[in-house]
Amino acid sequence: MEAQFLQFFQSLLGAQWPLVEPIWPLVWAILQIVSILAPVVAAVAYLPYFERKVIAYMHVRIGPNRVGPAGLLQPIADALKLLFKEVIIPTKASKGLYILGPIMGLAPALVAWAVIPFDTGLVMADIDAGVLYLLAISSLGVYGIIISGWASNSKYAFLGAMRATAQMVSYEISMGMALIVVLMVSNSLNLSAIVAGQGRGMFADMGLGFLSWNWLPLLPMFMVFLISGVAETNRAPFDVVEGESEIVAGHMVEYSGMAFALFFLAEYANMILISAAVSIFFLGGWLSPVGFLPDGIWWLIAKISVILFLFLWFRASFPRYRYDQIMRLGWKVFLPLCFLWIVVIGTWMLTPLSIWK
Amino acid sequence: MQAVINFVKSLFLLELFKGMALTGRYFFARKITVQYPDEKTPQGFRFRGLHALRRYPNGEERCISCKLCEAVCPALAITIEGTERTDANGQTSRRTSRYDIDLTKCIFCGFCEEACPVDAIVETHIFEYHGETRGDLLYTKQMLLANGDRYETEIAKNRALDAPYR
Repeated sequence: MEAQFLQFFQSLLGAQWPLVEPIWPLVWAILQIVSILAPVVAAVAYLPYFERKVIAYMHVRIGPNRVGPAGLLQPIADALKLLFKEVIIPTKASKGLYILGPIMGLAPALVAWAVIPFDTGLVMADIDAGVLYLLAISSLGVYGIIISGWASNSKYAFLGAMRATAQMVSYEISMGMALIVVLMVSNSLNLSAIVAGQGRGMFADMGLGFLSWNWLPLLPMFMVFLISGVAETNRAPFDVVEGESEIVAGHMVEYSGMAFALFFLAEYANMILISAAVSIFFLGGWLSPVGFLPDGIWWLIAKISVILFLFLWFRASFPRYRYDQIMRLGWKVFLPLCFLWIVVIGTWMLTPLSIWK
Repeated sequence: MQAVINFVKSLFLLELFKGMALTGRYFFARKITVQYPDEKTPQGFRFRGLHALRRYPNGEERCISCKLCEAVCPALAITIEGTERTDANGQTSRRTSRYDIDLTKCIFCGFCEEACPVDAIVETHIFEYHGETRGDLLYTKQMLLANGDRYETEIAKNRALDAPYR
Protein backbone atom coordinates (compact mmCIF):
# COMPACT_ATOMS: atom_id res chain seq x y z
CA MET A 1 0.00 0.00 0.00
CA GLU A 2 2.88 2.32 0.85
CA ALA A 3 4.36 1.89 -2.64
CA GLN A 4 1.10 3.00 -4.28
CA PHE A 5 0.91 6.09 -2.09
CA LEU A 6 4.56 6.86 -2.83
CA GLN A 7 3.85 6.64 -6.55
CA PHE A 8 0.88 8.95 -6.19
CA PHE A 9 2.96 11.37 -4.15
CA GLN A 10 5.72 11.35 -6.76
CA SER A 11 3.30 11.94 -9.60
CA LEU A 12 1.82 14.80 -7.57
CA LEU A 13 5.15 16.61 -7.18
CA GLY A 14 6.97 15.30 -10.26
CA ALA A 15 9.29 12.31 -9.98
CA GLN A 16 12.35 14.42 -10.70
CA TRP A 17 11.90 16.49 -7.57
CA PRO A 18 14.97 15.51 -5.50
CA LEU A 19 13.42 15.88 -2.05
CA VAL A 20 10.73 13.21 -2.55
CA GLU A 21 12.81 10.31 -1.28
CA PRO A 22 14.11 11.94 1.94
CA ILE A 23 10.82 13.46 3.09
CA TRP A 24 8.67 10.46 2.15
CA PRO A 25 8.90 8.70 5.58
CA LEU A 26 7.65 11.87 7.25
CA VAL A 27 4.79 12.29 4.78
CA TRP A 28 3.84 8.63 5.12
CA ALA A 29 3.84 8.86 8.92
CA ILE A 30 1.67 11.96 8.85
CA LEU A 31 -0.75 10.25 6.45
CA GLN A 32 -1.01 7.30 8.83
CA ILE A 33 -1.45 9.52 11.88
CA VAL A 34 -4.23 11.50 10.20
CA SER A 35 -6.02 8.38 9.01
CA ILE A 36 -6.00 6.96 12.55
CA LEU A 37 -6.66 10.12 14.55
CA ALA A 38 -9.37 11.62 12.34
CA PRO A 39 -11.87 8.82 13.09
CA VAL A 40 -10.75 8.70 16.72
CA VAL A 41 -11.29 12.42 17.23
CA ALA A 42 -14.64 12.24 15.46
CA ALA A 43 -15.62 9.41 17.80
CA VAL A 44 -14.41 11.43 20.78
CA ALA A 45 -16.60 14.33 19.66
CA TYR A 46 -19.69 12.16 19.31
CA LEU A 47 -19.20 9.96 22.37
CA PRO A 48 -20.53 12.64 24.78
CA TYR A 49 -23.61 12.93 22.58
CA PHE A 50 -24.20 9.19 22.73
CA GLU A 51 -23.49 9.21 26.44
CA ARG A 52 -26.16 11.84 26.99
CA LYS A 53 -28.59 9.95 24.76
CA VAL A 54 -27.97 6.55 26.35
CA ILE A 55 -28.15 7.84 29.90
CA ALA A 56 -31.26 9.85 29.06
CA TYR A 57 -32.93 6.73 27.62
CA MET A 58 -32.11 4.81 30.78
CA HIS A 59 -33.63 7.69 32.77
CA VAL A 60 -36.78 7.45 30.60
CA ARG A 61 -35.93 10.82 29.02
CA ILE A 62 -35.02 11.50 25.38
CA GLY A 63 -31.81 13.48 25.75
CA PRO A 64 -30.48 16.17 23.39
CA ASN A 65 -32.88 16.61 20.46
CA ARG A 66 -32.89 20.32 19.65
CA VAL A 67 -29.72 20.98 17.62
CA GLY A 68 -30.08 19.34 14.23
CA PRO A 69 -32.02 16.13 13.51
CA ALA A 70 -32.24 14.08 16.74
CA GLY A 71 -29.74 16.50 18.28
CA LEU A 72 -26.93 15.21 16.09
CA LEU A 73 -25.30 18.64 15.81
CA GLN A 74 -25.13 19.02 19.60
CA PRO A 75 -21.38 18.20 19.83
CA ILE A 76 -20.63 20.88 17.24
CA ALA A 77 -22.71 23.42 19.14
CA ASP A 78 -20.94 22.48 22.39
CA ALA A 79 -17.52 22.72 20.77
CA LEU A 80 -18.30 26.13 19.27
CA LYS A 81 -19.57 27.38 22.61
CA LEU A 82 -16.41 26.24 24.40
CA LEU A 83 -14.14 27.58 21.67
CA PHE A 84 -15.60 31.05 21.96
CA LYS A 85 -15.27 31.13 25.74
CA GLU A 86 -12.29 32.71 27.37
CA VAL A 87 -9.58 30.50 28.86
CA ILE A 88 -9.25 32.18 32.24
CA ILE A 89 -5.87 31.71 33.88
CA PRO A 90 -6.03 32.36 37.62
CA THR A 91 -3.66 35.12 38.75
CA LYS A 92 -1.67 32.92 41.07
CA ALA A 93 -1.63 29.88 38.79
CA SER A 94 1.63 28.63 37.35
CA LYS A 95 0.92 29.70 33.80
CA GLY A 96 3.11 27.34 31.78
CA LEU A 97 2.08 24.26 33.73
CA TYR A 98 -1.54 25.41 33.75
CA ILE A 99 -1.58 25.30 29.95
CA LEU A 100 0.49 22.14 29.81
CA GLY A 101 -1.87 20.17 32.09
CA PRO A 102 -4.79 19.57 29.72
CA ILE A 103 -2.41 18.95 26.81
CA MET A 104 -0.57 16.32 28.83
CA GLY A 105 -3.93 14.79 29.59
CA LEU A 106 -5.06 14.46 25.99
CA ALA A 107 -1.79 13.67 24.22
CA PRO A 108 -1.12 10.21 25.73
CA ALA A 109 -4.65 9.08 24.94
CA LEU A 110 -4.01 9.87 21.26
CA VAL A 111 -0.37 8.77 21.09
CA ALA A 112 -1.23 5.30 22.36
CA TRP A 113 -3.21 4.60 19.18
CA ALA A 114 0.09 4.11 17.34
CA VAL A 115 0.34 0.48 18.44
CA ILE A 116 -3.34 -0.49 18.23
CA PRO A 117 -3.72 -3.01 15.40
CA PHE A 118 -6.93 -2.63 13.38
CA ASP A 119 -6.55 -5.63 11.14
CA THR A 120 -3.87 -8.10 10.08
CA GLY A 121 -0.90 -5.85 9.30
CA LEU A 122 -3.02 -2.72 9.61
CA VAL A 123 -1.09 -1.07 12.43
CA MET A 124 1.01 2.07 12.43
CA ALA A 125 3.86 0.80 14.62
CA ASP A 126 4.00 -2.99 14.77
CA ILE A 127 6.49 -3.01 17.65
CA ASP A 128 7.19 -6.12 19.69
CA ALA A 129 6.88 -4.23 22.99
CA GLY A 130 3.40 -2.97 22.14
CA VAL A 131 1.88 -3.87 25.50
CA LEU A 132 4.69 -2.12 27.36
CA TYR A 133 4.28 0.94 25.15
CA LEU A 134 0.54 0.99 25.81
CA LEU A 135 1.03 0.72 29.58
CA ALA A 136 3.79 3.32 29.62
CA ILE A 137 1.86 5.84 27.56
CA SER A 138 -1.40 5.39 29.43
CA SER A 139 0.51 5.95 32.69
CA LEU A 140 1.62 9.33 31.37
CA GLY A 141 -2.00 10.51 31.48
CA VAL A 142 -1.63 10.85 35.26
CA TYR A 143 0.83 13.70 34.73
CA GLY A 144 -1.78 15.79 32.98
CA ILE A 145 -4.02 15.52 36.02
CA ILE A 146 -1.42 16.10 38.70
CA ILE A 147 0.13 19.00 36.77
CA SER A 148 -3.20 20.74 36.22
CA GLY A 149 -4.21 20.21 39.85
CA TRP A 150 -0.90 21.61 41.07
CA ALA A 151 -0.71 24.51 38.62
CA SER A 152 -4.23 25.73 39.44
CA ASN A 153 -3.00 26.82 42.87
CA SER A 154 -6.36 25.94 44.40
CA LYS A 155 -6.84 23.51 47.26
CA TYR A 156 -9.92 21.94 45.68
CA ALA A 157 -8.17 21.35 42.39
CA PHE A 158 -5.21 19.93 44.25
CA LEU A 159 -7.37 17.61 46.36
CA GLY A 160 -9.10 16.38 43.22
CA ALA A 161 -5.78 15.83 41.50
CA MET A 162 -4.47 13.85 44.48
CA ARG A 163 -7.55 11.66 44.45
CA ALA A 164 -7.36 11.09 40.72
CA THR A 165 -3.66 10.35 40.77
CA ALA A 166 -3.81 7.89 43.63
CA GLN A 167 -6.74 6.14 42.00
CA MET A 168 -5.16 5.92 38.55
CA VAL A 169 -1.84 4.71 39.88
CA SER A 170 -3.56 2.02 41.97
CA TYR A 171 -5.67 0.71 39.16
CA GLU A 172 -2.82 0.73 36.68
CA ILE A 173 -1.21 -1.97 38.82
CA SER A 174 -4.27 -4.19 38.57
CA MET A 175 -4.43 -3.57 34.82
CA GLY A 176 -0.76 -4.45 34.44
CA MET A 177 -1.19 -7.61 36.48
CA ALA A 178 -4.21 -8.65 34.43
CA LEU A 179 -2.15 -8.09 31.30
CA ILE A 180 0.62 -10.32 32.66
CA VAL A 181 -1.83 -13.23 32.49
CA VAL A 182 -2.66 -12.28 28.91
CA LEU A 183 1.05 -12.18 28.06
CA MET A 184 1.58 -15.59 29.64
CA VAL A 185 -1.05 -17.25 27.49
CA SER A 186 -0.20 -15.42 24.25
CA ASN A 187 3.58 -15.58 24.74
CA SER A 188 4.09 -12.19 23.12
CA LEU A 189 4.09 -8.47 23.85
CA ASN A 190 3.07 -7.68 20.28
CA LEU A 191 -0.58 -6.68 20.08
CA SER A 192 -1.07 -8.22 16.63
CA ALA A 193 0.36 -11.50 17.92
CA ILE A 194 -1.92 -11.37 20.96
CA VAL A 195 -4.95 -11.03 18.69
CA ALA A 196 -3.70 -13.73 16.34
CA GLY A 197 -3.13 -16.04 19.31
CA GLN A 198 -6.80 -15.71 20.25
CA GLY A 199 -7.81 -17.03 16.85
CA ARG A 200 -6.29 -20.45 17.58
CA GLY A 201 -7.74 -23.18 19.74
CA MET A 202 -10.27 -25.97 19.94
CA PHE A 203 -13.35 -23.74 19.60
CA ALA A 204 -11.82 -21.66 16.82
CA ASP A 205 -11.30 -24.86 14.83
CA MET A 206 -14.96 -25.70 15.39
CA GLY A 207 -15.95 -22.31 13.96
CA LEU A 208 -16.90 -20.82 17.33
CA GLY A 209 -14.06 -18.31 17.52
CA PHE A 210 -15.63 -16.20 20.27
CA LEU A 211 -15.18 -19.06 22.75
CA SER A 212 -11.45 -19.17 22.02
CA TRP A 213 -10.90 -15.53 22.86
CA ASN A 214 -9.16 -14.69 26.13
CA TRP A 215 -12.30 -13.50 27.88
CA LEU A 216 -13.54 -17.03 28.58
CA PRO A 217 -10.46 -18.80 29.98
CA LEU A 218 -9.34 -15.58 31.67
CA LEU A 219 -12.81 -14.44 32.73
CA PRO A 220 -11.75 -13.04 36.15
CA MET A 221 -8.93 -11.11 34.49
CA PHE A 222 -11.36 -9.82 31.86
CA MET A 223 -13.60 -8.44 34.59
CA VAL A 224 -10.63 -7.03 36.52
CA PHE A 225 -9.27 -5.35 33.40
CA LEU A 226 -12.65 -3.93 32.39
CA ILE A 227 -13.46 -2.58 35.86
CA SER A 228 -9.92 -1.25 36.31
CA GLY A 229 -10.31 0.42 32.95
CA VAL A 230 -13.43 2.18 34.18
CA ALA A 231 -11.56 3.28 37.31
CA GLU A 232 -8.50 4.24 35.28
CA THR A 233 -10.51 6.66 33.16
CA ASN A 234 -12.15 8.11 36.30
CA ARG A 235 -15.60 7.20 35.06
CA ALA A 236 -18.70 6.52 37.10
CA PRO A 237 -18.94 4.69 39.50
CA PHE A 238 -15.30 5.59 40.22
CA ASP A 239 -15.65 9.30 39.45
CA VAL A 240 -14.80 10.63 42.90
CA VAL A 241 -12.48 13.05 41.11
CA GLU A 242 -15.43 15.12 40.03
CA GLY A 243 -17.93 14.09 42.69
CA GLU A 244 -20.38 16.99 42.48
CA SER A 245 -21.35 16.72 46.12
CA GLU A 246 -17.75 16.76 47.31
CA ILE A 247 -15.25 18.66 45.18
CA VAL A 248 -17.19 19.70 42.06
CA ALA A 249 -14.87 19.11 39.10
CA GLY A 250 -11.68 18.13 40.93
CA HIS A 251 -8.54 19.09 39.05
CA MET A 252 -10.57 20.82 36.31
CA VAL A 253 -12.32 23.22 38.66
CA GLU A 254 -10.25 26.29 37.67
CA TYR A 255 -10.36 25.62 33.94
CA SER A 256 -12.70 27.19 31.41
CA GLY A 257 -13.25 27.31 27.68
CA MET A 258 -11.24 25.06 25.42
CA ALA A 259 -8.76 24.12 28.18
CA PHE A 260 -11.69 22.61 30.07
CA ALA A 261 -12.90 20.94 26.90
CA LEU A 262 -9.49 19.28 26.49
CA PHE A 263 -10.05 17.43 29.78
CA PHE A 264 -13.33 16.15 28.44
CA LEU A 265 -11.74 15.11 25.17
CA ALA A 266 -9.01 13.34 27.15
CA GLU A 267 -11.56 11.49 29.24
CA TYR A 268 -13.47 10.27 26.20
CA ALA A 269 -10.31 9.51 24.22
CA ASN A 270 -9.15 7.42 27.17
CA MET A 271 -12.48 5.62 27.25
CA ILE A 272 -12.17 4.70 23.59
CA LEU A 273 -8.57 3.64 24.09
CA ILE A 274 -9.44 1.41 27.05
CA SER A 275 -12.30 -0.09 25.05
CA ALA A 276 -9.90 -0.81 22.21
CA ALA A 277 -7.44 -2.39 24.66
CA VAL A 278 -10.18 -4.59 26.16
CA SER A 279 -11.26 -5.62 22.66
CA ILE A 280 -7.72 -6.52 21.65
CA PHE A 281 -6.57 -8.26 24.82
CA PHE A 282 -9.74 -10.16 25.68
CA LEU A 283 -12.27 -10.00 22.86
CA GLY A 284 -10.16 -11.05 19.91
CA GLY A 285 -9.62 -7.68 18.25
CA TRP A 286 -10.63 -7.86 14.60
CA LEU A 287 -11.41 -11.60 14.69
CA SER A 288 -14.86 -12.71 13.68
CA PRO A 289 -16.87 -14.40 16.47
CA VAL A 290 -18.03 -17.22 14.20
CA GLY A 291 -16.20 -19.14 11.51
CA PHE A 292 -18.46 -18.40 8.54
CA LEU A 293 -18.11 -14.60 8.77
CA PRO A 294 -14.90 -12.92 7.57
CA ASP A 295 -12.52 -11.18 9.98
CA GLY A 296 -12.10 -7.44 9.63
CA ILE A 297 -11.77 -4.04 11.16
CA TRP A 298 -15.55 -3.74 11.51
CA TRP A 299 -15.46 -6.42 14.22
CA LEU A 300 -12.97 -4.33 16.19
CA ILE A 301 -15.21 -1.27 15.80
CA ALA A 302 -18.24 -3.28 16.91
CA LYS A 303 -16.41 -4.60 19.97
CA ILE A 304 -15.17 -1.13 20.92
CA SER A 305 -18.72 0.18 20.60
CA VAL A 306 -20.09 -2.55 22.85
CA ILE A 307 -17.50 -1.85 25.54
CA LEU A 308 -18.20 1.88 25.27
CA PHE A 309 -21.89 1.18 25.70
CA LEU A 310 -21.00 -0.76 28.84
CA PHE A 311 -19.14 2.31 30.14
CA LEU A 312 -22.27 4.42 29.65
CA TRP A 313 -24.47 1.68 31.08
CA PHE A 314 -22.34 1.56 34.22
CA ARG A 315 -22.68 5.28 34.62
CA ALA A 316 -26.46 5.11 34.37
CA SER A 317 -26.68 2.20 36.82
CA PHE A 318 -24.30 2.50 39.73
CA PRO A 319 -23.95 4.99 42.57
CA ARG A 320 -20.52 6.47 43.21
CA TYR A 321 -18.02 4.51 45.30
CA ARG A 322 -16.68 6.00 48.49
CA TYR A 323 -12.99 6.83 48.15
CA ASP A 324 -11.70 4.28 50.66
CA GLN A 325 -13.86 1.64 49.00
CA ILE A 326 -12.22 2.39 45.67
CA MET A 327 -8.80 1.93 47.20
CA ARG A 328 -9.94 -1.25 48.94
CA LEU A 329 -11.26 -2.69 45.69
CA GLY A 330 -8.02 -1.95 43.85
CA TRP A 331 -5.53 -3.09 46.43
CA LYS A 332 -7.32 -5.73 48.47
CA VAL A 333 -9.54 -7.40 45.88
CA PHE A 334 -8.18 -6.97 42.36
CA LEU A 335 -4.49 -7.24 43.11
CA PRO A 336 -4.71 -10.52 45.12
CA LEU A 337 -7.12 -11.86 42.50
CA CYS A 338 -4.58 -11.11 39.77
CA PHE A 339 -1.76 -12.79 41.69
CA LEU A 340 -3.96 -15.82 42.29
CA TRP A 341 -4.91 -16.04 38.64
CA ILE A 342 -1.28 -15.72 37.53
CA VAL A 343 -0.53 -18.81 39.62
CA VAL A 344 -3.64 -20.64 38.42
CA ILE A 345 -2.94 -19.97 34.75
CA GLY A 346 0.77 -20.70 35.21
CA THR A 347 -0.07 -24.08 36.71
CA TRP A 348 -2.69 -24.75 34.05
CA MET A 349 -0.15 -24.05 31.30
CA LEU A 350 2.27 -26.59 32.76
CA THR A 351 -0.30 -29.39 32.89
CA PRO A 352 -1.17 -31.54 29.85
CA LEU A 353 -4.61 -29.86 29.90
CA SER A 354 -3.12 -26.57 28.72
CA ILE A 355 -5.11 -25.02 25.88
CA TRP A 356 -2.31 -22.62 24.88
CA LYS A 357 0.39 -24.43 22.92
CA MET B 1 -23.80 -19.52 55.73
CA GLN B 2 -25.09 -16.04 55.02
CA ALA B 3 -21.47 -14.85 54.84
CA VAL B 4 -20.74 -17.44 52.15
CA ILE B 5 -23.82 -16.41 50.17
CA ASN B 6 -22.83 -12.77 50.42
CA PHE B 7 -19.28 -13.59 49.34
CA VAL B 8 -20.49 -15.49 46.28
CA LYS B 9 -22.93 -12.69 45.47
CA SER B 10 -20.22 -10.04 45.56
CA LEU B 11 -17.64 -12.22 43.81
CA PHE B 12 -19.88 -12.80 40.82
CA LEU B 13 -21.21 -9.20 40.89
CA LEU B 14 -24.76 -10.57 41.00
CA GLU B 15 -26.31 -7.42 42.41
CA LEU B 16 -24.47 -5.23 39.93
CA PHE B 17 -25.87 -7.32 37.08
CA LYS B 18 -29.35 -6.99 38.59
CA GLY B 19 -28.96 -3.22 38.64
CA MET B 20 -27.77 -3.21 35.06
CA ALA B 21 -30.71 -5.38 34.04
CA LEU B 22 -33.05 -2.79 35.53
CA THR B 23 -31.47 0.17 33.74
CA GLY B 24 -31.23 -1.97 30.62
CA ARG B 25 -35.00 -2.55 30.73
CA TYR B 26 -35.66 1.16 31.13
CA PHE B 27 -33.48 1.81 28.08
CA PHE B 28 -36.33 0.43 26.01
CA ALA B 29 -39.14 1.89 28.08
CA ARG B 30 -41.49 4.50 26.60
CA LYS B 31 -40.03 7.95 27.15
CA ILE B 32 -42.11 10.36 29.19
CA THR B 33 -40.40 13.64 28.30
CA VAL B 34 -42.78 16.49 27.48
CA GLN B 35 -41.16 18.58 24.75
CA TYR B 36 -42.21 21.81 26.38
CA PRO B 37 -42.60 24.54 23.79
CA ASP B 38 -44.25 22.09 21.39
CA GLU B 39 -46.16 20.04 23.93
CA LYS B 40 -47.69 21.18 27.19
CA THR B 41 -49.04 19.34 30.17
CA PRO B 42 -52.68 20.03 31.14
CA GLN B 43 -53.22 22.84 33.65
CA GLY B 44 -55.57 22.73 36.60
CA PHE B 45 -58.10 25.53 37.12
CA ARG B 46 -56.43 26.33 40.44
CA PHE B 47 -53.09 27.03 38.76
CA ARG B 48 -51.33 29.94 40.46
CA GLY B 49 -49.45 31.99 37.91
CA LEU B 50 -49.13 35.67 37.05
CA HIS B 51 -51.31 38.00 39.14
CA ALA B 52 -54.19 40.11 37.88
CA LEU B 53 -56.60 42.67 39.35
CA ARG B 54 -60.19 42.20 38.23
CA ARG B 55 -63.01 44.67 37.53
CA TYR B 56 -66.78 44.46 37.87
CA PRO B 57 -68.77 44.30 34.64
CA ASN B 58 -69.50 48.04 34.91
CA GLY B 59 -65.77 48.75 34.72
CA GLU B 60 -65.25 49.62 38.39
CA GLU B 61 -62.24 48.05 40.12
CA ARG B 62 -63.16 45.31 42.55
CA CYS B 63 -60.36 46.11 44.97
CA ILE B 64 -61.56 48.04 48.05
CA SER B 65 -58.12 48.63 49.52
CA CYS B 66 -58.81 46.46 52.58
CA LYS B 67 -55.14 45.43 52.60
CA LEU B 68 -55.90 41.84 53.68
CA CYS B 69 -53.68 40.53 50.92
CA GLU B 70 -50.89 42.85 51.97
CA ALA B 71 -51.24 41.59 55.52
CA VAL B 72 -51.39 37.91 54.63
CA CYS B 73 -48.57 37.96 52.07
CA PRO B 74 -45.78 35.84 53.62
CA ALA B 75 -43.16 37.26 51.25
CA LEU B 76 -44.17 40.91 51.84
CA ALA B 77 -44.43 41.29 48.08
CA ILE B 78 -47.56 43.47 48.04
CA THR B 79 -47.62 47.23 48.73
CA ILE B 80 -50.97 49.04 48.86
CA GLU B 81 -51.91 52.66 49.42
CA GLY B 82 -55.57 53.62 49.71
CA THR B 83 -57.56 56.75 49.05
CA GLU B 84 -61.16 57.95 48.94
CA ARG B 85 -62.83 58.67 45.65
CA THR B 86 -66.12 58.54 43.80
CA ASP B 87 -66.69 55.18 42.16
CA ALA B 88 -68.67 54.22 39.05
CA ASN B 89 -71.95 54.15 41.06
CA GLY B 90 -71.45 57.74 42.10
CA GLN B 91 -70.80 56.84 45.72
CA THR B 92 -67.76 57.81 47.77
CA SER B 93 -65.72 54.68 48.48
CA ARG B 94 -62.31 53.51 49.47
CA ARG B 95 -60.08 52.53 46.54
CA THR B 96 -56.39 51.91 45.98
CA SER B 97 -54.11 54.61 44.69
CA ARG B 98 -51.22 52.18 44.53
CA TYR B 99 -51.12 48.40 44.26
CA ASP B 100 -47.66 46.93 43.58
CA ILE B 101 -46.65 43.30 43.52
CA ASP B 102 -42.94 42.55 43.41
CA LEU B 103 -42.80 39.28 41.48
CA THR B 104 -39.17 38.78 42.45
CA LYS B 105 -40.40 38.40 46.03
CA CYS B 106 -43.68 36.58 45.34
CA ILE B 107 -43.69 32.87 46.12
CA PHE B 108 -47.00 32.19 44.36
CA CYS B 109 -48.64 30.73 47.45
CA GLY B 110 -52.09 32.04 46.51
CA PHE B 111 -52.82 33.47 49.96
CA CYS B 112 -53.68 36.88 48.46
CA GLU B 113 -56.50 35.51 46.34
CA GLU B 114 -57.76 33.44 49.28
CA ALA B 115 -57.73 36.49 51.54
CA CYS B 116 -59.48 38.76 49.07
CA PRO B 117 -63.14 39.33 50.10
CA VAL B 118 -64.15 40.68 46.66
CA ASP B 119 -62.17 38.36 44.34
CA ALA B 120 -60.13 41.32 43.13
CA ILE B 121 -56.60 39.98 43.20
CA VAL B 122 -56.33 36.60 41.46
CA GLU B 123 -53.56 34.43 40.15
CA THR B 124 -54.09 33.51 36.51
CA HIS B 125 -53.03 30.45 34.55
CA ILE B 126 -50.29 32.50 32.83
CA PHE B 127 -46.81 31.24 33.65
CA GLU B 128 -44.90 32.14 30.49
CA TYR B 129 -43.76 35.70 31.15
CA HIS B 130 -40.40 37.18 31.76
CA GLY B 131 -38.58 40.36 32.64
CA GLU B 132 -35.33 41.49 31.19
CA THR B 133 -34.49 43.70 34.16
CA ARG B 134 -35.54 43.54 37.78
CA GLY B 135 -37.87 46.47 37.24
CA ASP B 136 -39.85 44.50 34.67
CA LEU B 137 -40.98 42.14 37.41
CA LEU B 138 -42.35 44.90 39.65
CA TYR B 139 -45.99 44.89 38.60
CA THR B 140 -47.89 48.11 39.23
CA LYS B 141 -51.65 48.59 39.55
CA GLN B 142 -51.99 49.55 35.88
CA MET B 143 -50.17 46.41 34.75
CA LEU B 144 -52.20 44.18 37.05
CA LEU B 145 -55.48 45.75 35.87
CA ALA B 146 -54.36 45.30 32.29
CA ASN B 147 -53.72 41.61 33.02
CA GLY B 148 -57.19 41.35 34.49
CA ASP B 149 -58.79 43.00 31.44
CA ARG B 150 -56.88 40.79 29.04
CA TYR B 151 -57.56 37.44 30.73
CA GLU B 152 -60.99 38.15 32.27
CA THR B 153 -62.78 35.37 30.35
CA GLU B 154 -60.25 32.71 31.40
CA ILE B 155 -60.17 33.98 34.99
CA ALA B 156 -63.95 33.91 35.24
CA LYS B 157 -64.09 30.43 33.73
CA ASN B 158 -61.48 29.03 36.12
CA ARG B 159 -63.17 30.58 39.12
CA ALA B 160 -66.53 29.17 38.07
CA LEU B 161 -64.93 25.72 37.82
CA ASP B 162 -63.43 26.14 41.29
CA ALA B 163 -66.61 27.54 42.88
CA PRO B 164 -68.16 24.15 43.89
CA TYR B 165 -65.13 23.38 46.04
CA ARG B 166 -64.99 26.69 47.92
